[in-house]
Amino acid sequence: MSGTMPLPRWVDVILLPVLNVTLAFIIGGIVVLAVGENPIEAVRIMLYGAFGYGYGFGFTLYYTTNFIFAGLAVAVAYHGGLFNIGGEGQAYVGGLGAILVALAVGGLHWALALPLIMIAAALFAGTWAFIPGWLQARRGSHVVITTIMMNFIATSMMSYIISRILKPENVNSDESARIAEVTRVPFLSEWIPFLNNTPVNISLFIALLALVGVYVLIWHTKFGYELRTMGHNGVAARYAGMSNARLIMVTMAISGALVGMVAVNDTAGAHGRLLLGYVAGTGFVGIAVAFMGKAHPIGVGLSALLFGVLYQGGQELAFTMPAITREMIVTIQALVILFTGAMSNMLRRPVEFAFMAARSRREPDRVAQEKEA
Amino acid sequence: MEDLISVLITTIRVSTPLILACLAGLYSERSGIVDIGLEGKLLGSAFGAAVVAALTGNAWLGLLAGVGVSLVFSAIHGLASINFRGNQIISGVALNFLASGLTVFLGGAWFGRGGNTPPLSGDARFYGIQLPFAQELAGVPVIGPIYSGLLSGHSILTYIAFLAVPVTAWVLWRTRFGLRLRAVGENPKALDTAGMSVSWLRYKALAITAVLVGMGGAYLSTAQAASFSREMSSGRGYIALAALIFAKWKPYPALGACLLFGFLEALQYRLQGVRLPVIGEVPTQAMQALPYVLTILLLAGFVGRAIAPKASGQPYVKER
Repeated sequence: MSGTMPLPRWVDVILLPVLNVTLAFIIGGIVVLAVGENPIEAVRIMLYGAFGYGYGFGFTLYYTTNFIFAGLAVAVAYHGGLFNIGGEGQAYVGGLGAILVALAVGGLHWALALPLIMIAAALFAGTWAFIPGWLQARRGSHVVITTIMMNFIATSMMSYIISRILKPENVNSDESARIAEVTRVPFLSEWIPFLNNTPVNISLFIALLALVGVYVLIWHTKFGYELRTMGHNGVAARYAGMSNARLIMVTMAISGALVGMVAVNDTAGAHGRLLLGYVAGTGFVGIAVAFMGKAHPIGVGLSALLFGVLYQGGQELAFTMPAITREMIVTIQALVILFTGAMSNMLRRPVEFAFMAARSRREPDRVAQEKEA
Repeated sequence: MEDLISVLITTIRVSTPLILACLAGLYSERSGIVDIGLEGKLLGSAFGAAVVAALTGNAWLGLLAGVGVSLVFSAIHGLASINFRGNQIISGVALNFLASGLTVFLGGAWFGRGGNTPPLSGDARFYGIQLPFAQELAGVPVIGPIYSGLLSGHSILTYIAFLAVPVTAWVLWRTRFGLRLRAVGENPKALDTAGMSVSWLRYKALAITAVLVGMGGAYLSTAQAASFSREMSSGRGYIALAALIFAKWKPYPALGACLLFGFLEALQYRLQGVRLPVIGEVPTQAMQALPYVLTILLLAGFVGRAIAPKASGQPYVKER
């Protein structure tokens, strides 16, 4: 394209995302300045809130766990050229699977119940994501629109199920019965007192395993190869004999199953019951996490941690600087999606020119030759 | 009769922002730019309108501010999807988050009411307009309730919304701009070859989008409600998008789809707690989900096929 040469890999993978994210934070800082607060002081409070003491650190890890699942879900679909905006609804429906099994096997030791809960959550959430996948593969309806619609349908359906069916008689707020203590996914603070009774639980390790699993799936299996081929060029994939329809459906189901694990962390772990609207935007944060991490598991892990820090630090910030509400984090999230997702080409050109200039100063002859050729 | 009239009045009231947002989306998507950001634009403009109306005490200045906010959002969307050839869907999603975060953040910092703006009253609000002879005709049977009850007494923005439908149809099918707009969404290369600027046309379409959806947002906070409250657009941008698909990107069917979705919403308020024969009590949640279910069925081709403008969603790359 237009006489520039391909950038070195590290620029593409590390430098550009870092620059884009930095830009998002600079603008976020300007917004903080606009309401009369000191952005540097805000960052200091955030970091302290996220890492400074055991209680904060525990919550940071708890949020990170959710964001890894949500980010991986978006990332897996993205490799196949699919944009799954439905994580929010899928995780919500996954909560139904988790609670039904957890209540049904109530009294079973958690080590035995956990796999069952995971399977149920994955099945419910995966099915919820499979529907848009099926609709796109078989009926040609765009997955973006259908996943948005499915989010709303999930909200209405779950609100009915929780408030009318699952809610026990003696409870006033809209929530299910509680999971038996022995069945509930245990908090890490049972073994590590430093974490001070925070909701971070065994799911953190499931999330880390999921990162590795997705890496293997995408880059070291036949399925992953086909998925990436479809993502780069669907027509080429079809000519190479791959079934796009099957790939789309399987990918969406996997994506849904991944974000369904949020239910294991929250419903079966942190809350110990199914709450109305429990997902609370986690599915959407996944979009920012996936883009920031360039849909690579290492990147997803790091950006999930960053958003975990932002969320927990944001709580501390809202407490210390009343002018800064938690919604500042949503704003940052929006800027991250904007700059790393939609405007990622904005900084590419200047960086390309900078590299051209640097190289022509170093090796003027070769660049001239390349230009002639 | 009176029940029906009152449901229909509510239908018109709740359809107004849908119609404005839906027509807004029509201009954008006809030009080849997918606009998932309608929701964010509605929310952002509702906030802008409420803030300025509260500060100046003038609803018209509020309206202007609302449109201004959605123009800024459209400019960002255009920059990302036209100039930088970014993914339009991602850009739209980002705008929705930006609106959701910024409105509550700034609202909280400026007014300290948990993201809400101060209540609006007097000149800071758009009130219903009495059509001529509405008072006199109120007593006449049949015509009375329909004219004075149903058609009269809405805010100016509602009349603009309904007027915008025939105007859009005329622009789309009877003007040179409309022809080009339809062409740039179907085959931008043809326009480029004919020496017209694809980018400029798309920016113009996005500007019209912003004006319409900005009015829709201003309606929410200065006409329907008397202040801005957090997440007050509550999915209407997405419903408008669904209606647009339902209408197959045509103005009159868009009006029909918005009225249908509005009617469902009005019916839902009406039916709360009411037992119907045979079905029993209809859960509100089922009514809320209905427009989305219908849209999915439509998209799947079970109730006819919806085919979007061909170039929509794809950035245009000039040949070099």
